[in-house]
Amino acid sequence: MRRTTRVAAAGLGVTSLLALSACGGDDNGGGGGDADADAWILTGGGWPAIQEDFDRWNEANEDAQIDTEAIENDSYKGQIRTAVGSGEAPTLIMSWTGGALLEYAEEERIVDLSEHTGELESRVFDSVWQNGQVDDSTYAVPLNDVQPVVMYYNQSVFDEAGVEIPETWEDVEAAIDTFNENDVAPFSLAGGSVWPALMWLQYLTDRHGGEEVFQAVVEGEEGAWDNESILFALETMQDLGENGGFIDTYNSVTADQNEDAQLLADGQAAMLLQGSWVYSTIHQDFPEFAESGDFGFTSFPTLEDGAGDPSNIVGNPANFWSVSADASEEEQQIAFDYISENLYNEETVTSMLEAGSLPPLSDIEDQIAETDDADFLEFSSGLVGEANHFQLSWDQAVAPEVAQPLTDNLSQILRGDMAPEQFVEAMNSL
Amino acid sequence: MGHKGPSFLMALPAVLFFGIFALIPLFGVVVISFMEWNVLGSPTWVGLSNWQAVLFDRPFTWTALGLTITFVIGSYLFQAPVALLLGVFMAGQQRYRALLAVLYFLPLLFSSVAVGLTFQSLFSPNYGLSAALPFDWLPNDWLANSDLVMWVMIFVVGWCFVPFHGLLYQAGVRQIPQSMYEAATIDGAGRVRQFFSITIPQLRYTIITSSTLMLVGSLTYFDLIFVLTGGQPANAVRILPLDMYVTGFSSYNLGYASVIAVILVAIGLTLSLALNIISGSSKMESDKAGA
Repeated sequence: MRRTTRVAAAGLGVTSLLALSACGGDDNGGGGGDADADAWILTGGGWPAIQEDFDRWNEANEDAQIDTEAIENDSYKGQIRTAVGSGEAPTLIMSWTGGALLEYAEEERIVDLSEHTGELESRVFDSVWQNGQVDDSTYAVPLNDVQPVVMYYNQSVFDEAGVEIPETWEDVEAAIDTFNENDVAPFSLAGGSVWPALMWLQYLTDRHGGEEVFQAVVEGEEGAWDNESILFALETMQDLGENGGFIDTYNSVTADQNEDAQLLADGQAAMLLQGSWVYSTIHQDFPEFAESGDFGFTSFPTLEDGAGDPSNIVGNPANFWSVSADASEEEQQIAFDYISENLYNEETVTSMLEAGSLPPLSDIEDQIAETDDADFLEFSSGLVGEANHFQLSWDQAVAPEVAQPLTDNLSQILRGDMAPEQFVEAMNSL
Repeated sequence: MGHKGPSFLMALPAVLFFGIFALIPLFGVVVISFMEWNVLGSPTWVGLSNWQAVLFDRPFTWTALGLTITFVIGSYLFQAPVALLLGVFMAGQQRYRALLAVLYFLPLLFSSVAVGLTFQSLFSPNYGLSAALPFDWLPNDWLANSDLVMWVMIFVVGWCFVPFHGLLYQAGVRQIPQSMYEAATIDGAGRVRQFFSITIPQLRYTIITSSTLMLVGSLTYFDLIFVLTGGQPANAVRILPLDMYVTGFSSYNLGYASVIAVILVAIGLTLSLALNIISGSSKMESDKAGA
């Protein structure tokens, strides 16, 4: 799930269409002669807080400066890969872990951080920390907030239809019928953007078969997509699409301009499965709904006879830092110090919490309780802390060249142009 | 005649610019088209296998080419007449013409991302125009229906580019000597007759320029389609330029993407050369009265 809140801006980064020629990468990469380390961060979201953190570090450490550059999300993904590939990467390499991190590690473009993480490992939730591990060594450490996918709901819609918030899949099925009788869409879904539908596929697969199902795909097991749980998930999604589970226009709804959240806020849909960032989106864009007392959130329903652990969650564990193997020793040392001494320092944690985002730390309960968004942050912190497994978004977890076909095929599933069997066959053949 | 053109030195900046920003990258793309490269590792030489794969083992290449042709022809058929009529209108002396001309010109000034987002909102079946206007045919999955989305794209892209071509035609029409129209009026030719017998023939070279720009421009068009659809639904508008981007920068298959790029360059060059030859504009000469 690319957290592209604005695919739009991507267009900007992308107009340099024949950018094949840009293979040299940006020139302020780490290979240069100066002693300053550098880092690329993103624009928007919670990134200004990270920028401020770097500013404070640079003020306090005259001789260990870290230069930063902020890049737009989609543009970053292309640029970082080119930079890493050409040995021009910044000292600190940001990733979403998953397939890209695995490739960096296999190509030995990043260094083992196991000895350089200070006390971080004991502070970070285990379900998040795991994502930075490659072959039992730490190659990446989380740097910002954790973003689990949760179920949002509009209480007034539930009250009008006389339905309780569903806890099990059986409840969901009953609720769908009642909502349809009341001419309200049970679920809002930005199917036009496709990636929000991936959240459904992930949760349904996990509830049905547990985290091992997708783990087999990641590990490249032969024919791993052809699994009864994945088939179940795809069938269920098509059923939701055809039989009034998802809002009838779901293929036209996009997440770029938060239309999916708007449908929930308007009461046109009762529930919305989306990332934790939508909490602040709703507060910003639909403050009336956010403060009406009708805005609620809960975890994905359990599946009665599913084999998956109901505490499992999916989403983006966080963005992670790795350290470039192409950087000089001096630059690497600055990066190690920054990671072990400075990551999730008190000031930065406070500013994250004030912005409504949740650092994946186990030792900040008291601080969370004091924030304005304590309800939501405590809820998400509980989800993440108790999760047996935190499934990274599939499009990040798989190898980068598999992510696009995954999106294309899922789009066909949503449109009913492809049967679940064809989907698994197509994915297996990659 | 012994006439010597400007010295090569004067052309040097342009030649250097063209060389560095067009020829060298183009050469690079041709080289990469013979390599397997996922951006991260080092490129390895694979000979013709990318070409073999893209042209023969990947049916989508041909689908994308078909979509591209539909898009190019559709765009031309939509943009050319509208731009011509608009240009002729803007060159006239009607009331409020200047004001209207400014309004028509506006789309050209908007960034394609802004245009894309605006149209995305307008086309939304839940909140867009269809919610605001009481027409039964309006609520439609304009961007999500794979049978419709191509025509929607042709319309939106046309909306953006018609003003530019309108401007070309406006300038062209203004160059036509008024005396020709006066003579035609004396001969008893009406407005329509004047349009077809004077305006169009006189605009011949403008039409050629504008057509070349439209055809080659839509052949390599990317921005709005990417912003509005990303190539979805069902890849119904994944024309070659978008296909190249997705293959190269989402799937990180630079080899395939370069093959597609080279194909695009070849088609583009052929197209503009062909247009030049057909129109005989290589021996382009002034046919203005008195020249």
